[in-house]
Amino acid sequence: MVPGSFAMKHKVSLGLVLAALWLGLSGKLDPLFLLLGAVSVGFALWTALRMDIVDRESHPIHISGGLIRFWILLIRDIVIANTQVVREILRPRLAITPTVVEFESQQSSDLGKVILGNSITLTPGTVTLDIQGSRFRVHGLTREIAEEAASGVMDRRIPRDVEEGR
Amino acid sequence: MSIASVLLLVGLAVLATMAMALARGLLGPTVYDRILAVNMFGTKTVLLIALLAARSGRSDYLDIALLYALINFIGVIAVLKYFEYGSLGHPHAEEGDEG
Amino acid sequence: MSGIEWLGVILLVLGALLGLVGGIGVLRFPDFFTRLHAAGVTDTLATGLFLSGLACLFGDWQATLKLALIFFFVLFTSPTASHALAKAALHGGLKPWKRREDPHG
Repeated sequence: MVPGSFAMKHKVSLGLVLAALWLGLSGKLDPLFLLLGAVSVGFALWTALRMDIVDRESHPIHISGGLIRFWILLIRDIVIANTQVVREILRPRLAITPTVVEFESQQSSDLGKVILGNSITLTPGTVTLDIQGSRFRVHGLTREIAEEAASGVMDRRIPRDVEEGR
Repeated sequence: MSIASVLLLVGLAVLATMAMALARGLLGPTVYDRILAVNMFGTKTVLLIALLAARSGRSDYLDIALLYALINFIGVIAVLKYFEYGSLGHPHAEEGDEG
Repeated sequence: MSGIEWLGVILLVLGALLGLVGGIGVLRFPDFFTRLHAAGVTDTLATGLFLSGLACLFGDWQATLKLALIFFFVLFTSPTASHALAKAALHGGLKPWKRREDPHG
């Protein structure tokens, strides 16, 4: 949104991330490899700048704080949901009751909606079908799973400051 | 049981999963089922390459697995885009594009 | 086998079994949307267990880093691909399968 104020910060952080990635993947520290890495990082940065995709949204360094707790809870949810879906798959007689539910989310920012929609899709048993405004349409493998997704437990867990943080 | 034989058995399990994905791809019935099957086949290929890397003890192979994951994702999105818009790149073919 | 190797083998086997279950689900479930959920099992927990098992077996930092990168990449792209598929199917006119009211139907 504000082009000038964040640009430098995001260029530097993207460059650092790319450099760390190169060092991690090559694992070599001799001058030739460092030179090749510098050239690659420079080229990737130049391409990204030319495509005009270095901004707050593409490079969200501002949302690292409160999300850690969210991720931990999300991983727990994914494990639970996996066991539920596995149980449904292995039932001798299929007992699934696929249900489409709609609900209003509390997320006002685009990023909040993306995080919620992706988290719902990432948890097996639920898939976000459509988002219109703040209305989510979710397909669930069984009625219980779908209703749990619509109850808004995950919605409330997303940190409020997901968009305001700097 | 040695680790090598465990890796072999696990590889066979991955291959069996890939065969099931392939069967779904052949059975269809909709084009979306087939794309889903291709996506799943690709994810399993990534795991298979990573497994080969472990079996041969070469972590360089993991770069190939990483690259395959990238290509798989881009391929699925490209095919989907083609089926939704009937075109792969021309910006004016998309709905609501700012031009 | 050492302790870390045992852990790696257990994680790897669990991941492979979960993958198989996901494959069975993709074959068994009645329509596209339900199959999407079965494929979700193979993309999340199965991949996670499988790759962390391999990381235990490799036991060097660079392989672990690469396996973690693969895992996070799959974790970030799989919901995007699933959602794109579901949305495209819905726009394409596919109706989610529903169980008929009588339980023996």
